[in-house]
Amino acid sequence: MGMLRRFANLFRRSKIDDEIAAELEAHIALRTEDNLARGMSPGEARREARLLFGNPTSTRERVAAADTSLGLDNLARDLRIAVRQLRRSPGFALTAILTLAVGIGANVVVFGVLNSMLLKPLRVAGGERLFQIEGQQEGDLSQSYPDFDDFRSRNSAFSGLAAYRINQAGLSTGGSAQRSWLYQVSGNYFDMLGVEPALGRFFHQSDERGANSAPYIVLSDAFWRRRFNADPRVVGMTVDLNKHPFTILGVAPHSFNGTELFFWPDFWMPMINEEQVEGYSFLLKRFNHGIYVIGMLKPGITPRQGTDNLQAIAHQLTREHPNEDDGLAARLVKPGLMGDLLGGPARPFLAAITVLALLVLVAACVNLAGIFAARASDRTRELAICISIGSPRWRLLRRVLVEAVLISLGGGVAGTLIAAALLGGLTRWQPISEFPIHVTVSPDMRVYAIALLLTLASSILPGLLPARQIWRTDAMQAMRTGAASAIIRRLTLRDVLLSVQIAVCALLVTAALVSLRGMVRSLHSSMGFVPQGAVVALTDMHMGGYSNQSAFPVQRRMVEEAARIPGVTAAGTIDDAPLSTGGSSSPVYREGTTDRKASTSVTSARYYSISPGYLQAAETKLLAGRDFTWADGPATVKVAIVNQTFARRMFGNASVVGRHYLSGDGTSIEVVGVVEDGKYESLTEEPKAAMFFPLAQATEGDTSLVVRSGLPAAEVAPALNRMLTSIDSSLPFSVQTWPDALGLVLFPARVATAALGVMGLLAAMLAITGVFGMAAYSVSKRMRELGIRVAMGANPPQLVRSALGRPVLLLLAGSALGLAAGMLTTRLLAFLVYQATPRDPLVLAGALLTMTLIGLIATSIPAARALKVNPAQLLREE
Amino acid sequence: MAKNDLQGTLDLLVLKTLATAGSLHGYGIVLHIQRASADLLRVEEGSLYPALHRMEQSGWINSEWSLTETNRKAKYYKLTAPGRRQLAQAEESFDQLVKGVRAVLRYA
Repeated sequence: MGMLRRFANLFRRSKIDDEIAAELEAHIALRTEDNLARGMSPGEARREARLLFGNPTSTRERVAAADTSLGLDNLARDLRIAVRQLRRSPGFALTAILTLAVGIGANVVVFGVLNSMLLKPLRVAGGERLFQIEGQQEGDLSQSYPDFDDFRSRNSAFSGLAAYRINQAGLSTGGSAQRSWLYQVSGNYFDMLGVEPALGRFFHQSDERGANSAPYIVLSDAFWRRRFNADPRVVGMTVDLNKHPFTILGVAPHSFNGTELFFWPDFWMPMINEEQVEGYSFLLKRFNHGIYVIGMLKPGITPRQGTDNLQAIAHQLTREHPNEDDGLAARLVKPGLMGDLLGGPARPFLAAITVLALLVLVAACVNLAGIFAARASDRTRELAICISIGSPRWRLLRRVLVEAVLISLGGGVAGTLIAAALLGGLTRWQPISEFPIHVTVSPDMRVYAIALLLTLASSILPGLLPARQIWRTDAMQAMRTGAASAIIRRLTLRDVLLSVQIAVCALLVTAALVSLRGMVRSLHSSMGFVPQGAVVALTDMHMGGYSNQSAFPVQRRMVEEAARIPGVTAAGTIDDAPLSTGGSSSPVYREGTTDRKASTSVTSARYYSISPGYLQAAETKLLAGRDFTWADGPATVKVAIVNQTFARRMFGNASVVGRHYLSGDGTSIEVVGVVEDGKYESLTEEPKAAMFFPLAQATEGDTSLVVRSGLPAAEVAPALNRMLTSIDSSLPFSVQTWPDALGLVLFPARVATAALGVMGLLAAMLAITGVFGMAAYSVSKRMRELGIRVAMGANPPQLVRSALGRPVLLLLAGSALGLAAGMLTTRLLAFLVYQATPRDPLVLAGALLTMTLIGLIATSIPAARALKVNPAQLLREE
Repeated sequence: MAKNDLQGTLDLLVLKTLATAGSLHGYGIVLHIQRASADLLRVEEGSLYPALHRMEQSGWINSEWSLTETNRKAKYYKLTAPGRRQLAQAEESFDQLVKGVRAVLRYA
């Protein structure tokens, strides 16, 4: 209560003063009365009372001090003074606040992303007990359905184990079908996650009674609103999925988007019905890996125990199915980012970006410290006067600190507001048009707490530097020599800080340039196909009700008619284009291998089904042998075209065409051609073995029709559209240029480049203001000296050298340091950016040029000022 | 070791005065101490009022404006429960101080 009263007293100061005065007045009056009673004359009585009382003013002051003894009153006064000081120099205040807003804003954005990607578990009850089940290798998260079923029924560590698979299907409500994104999930999926429907009901494990027994779907909230206008009567309605009827059971809650953080599907369907959508059944095929498994640990069970439990089952399964389950293993990883397929590289990258953001903030603080120190040294004389007339140093110190905290709060609030706006924008953004990906990063309490913490921390350095100055102020010295001689020759803390800041900037610029170069190069590197100048039409024949076999004649017609479009030089299909999301691998064996399992296979090879003409349309170079023809069919000998890596691993350096190998199921296959290596899953991958089968021998519903033409895509696409519609109007397909279709595979590199670029830009801005501040300050402090130099006949170069020698020296030292650090750290980038190498003359030149530009921009104005020195005027003024 | 100084002594005198006399204004406190000490102790107003306000902030006493016998407005102070505890403590501490000082003086 006392504290509160004291605080309240601050704001009632005048009322309290009056009360004290009245109390003391009453004292004198009472004594006067007594004196009168004792027989003194009125004048004498009053005089004696006053005399005894002593100095009423000083007593009043001391009583008032007792009322506000915590010093809060002084703090309020300091606050008022600080606000007044800042209002008097709005340029300084604005610069300082903006500088900090940039630093804090960048950190809040980065932390916001970090928070929602890595720190927060999936938004379901018990999310921290939820784990993705992966194989031994990083990114090996595909499981087979029979294995999943065995894991689920035999484990004792999980309260539930659910499977899901992301895919597309053509959904129609009577009219033509639309490509929609879906989750195929095991029946226990919703129950395990503990999600409740917003409308209608979900399906359960009890709905599964064998293959294709549960033709139900559950809509996502967004899809329900978009496609069905949020009509509650959709429950019970029947829609067609790839021409099979399914009943809408209900709608999922608004915030639920499945078990991948950033993927927002249109609906969920039971995996037990997958055959109707996929065109074939994988439910009984133990070697067919294509589903993801997620599990909820029982309360009290550690991830370690969970892993051991699953590992034991994996060993059992390997014994029971030595061929299919050879080398089966289980590992628990954090869910939400496709196991560690995305989570693996995303984690170190985000950590690196966090460090960079912190460096930007440090740079901002260094800048601010410089500005504050400059201000404090401009006020050296004022401070010296204060000290010499007895003002305690700590009071001056407190005044400076209050100013620093005030600035930080301003910067922190501004930065957080900017960051919140940016995060909001990021949440609404759909980075890749074809995919329902939303980077949902809504800031929560944790983000705001970090913002506050950063704000407070960032007020310490700028406050302490001038504090040091105040502490060392020697009143005599400062007063005697005035301000002009305050040039310090030795290396000061400010110099070190500034060169660190420049180094940080150079580091960020180098990193940004390296990843930018890598991006550009990855677009022009050899991917084993040439996306430029090709248009891709994407469809799944199952959406038109075809089976793999019945699709083949239609696909052949598509290829033949596409090749007849005027201006088209080549056309062909591939099931999943390289570097798209699909595609699978299978082990391959030397001829004569009888015991086929993982340990006896030569390599694992990506496999594709292509039509004649595809290699030409994709401009994949055929190095030896022949392309497929329509004559390669089910009845003729099984053939394949392999890439160089496959040929080398399988046959060594010997000639390959005409030789045989065994596919995963033991079929003998004759190699008829060899093509160049390419990129199949990611741009940064190591060379991979790949094999191509003729479409007629390995029929497929997934179809990417690649059409190459010298004409602009805008002319080819409509013709392609018309042609496809005329062949089957009910078949949904999308037409895109091939470079556009590669958006997803370039996405990580794009994000990395953008993030580094923004950080680099911020750092450059801060470096410019930092160097500028220092150069301008050093020139203004030495105007008089420069004037004397001019009077003594110094020429302009000499003048600039003496005025700016120091900042330029720091700039050079810092840049060299930063570039060297940049060279070392870009190794990290190699995981995300294709061919990220710092030993690239262009990168080096670019970084040097940027730093030179920064130096020029930052020092040009101070240099101009130094050159305009007018000795006569200057000497007269001083 | 007894914590004591002149200010502590003044606090003790004021608290004791209020404990015996109930409610008193500042001038009354000065008179009471003077009378009770047979004119040996004279409290200075310049020290008394800051001390009164400090003790009020500490919650040992509280105050109230009311009229004197001569119909004049004055601020009357009264002991609170924490003040009573403080008085007991201060009295004991003072006793020890006196004992200590006396012991030193007798030592010869």
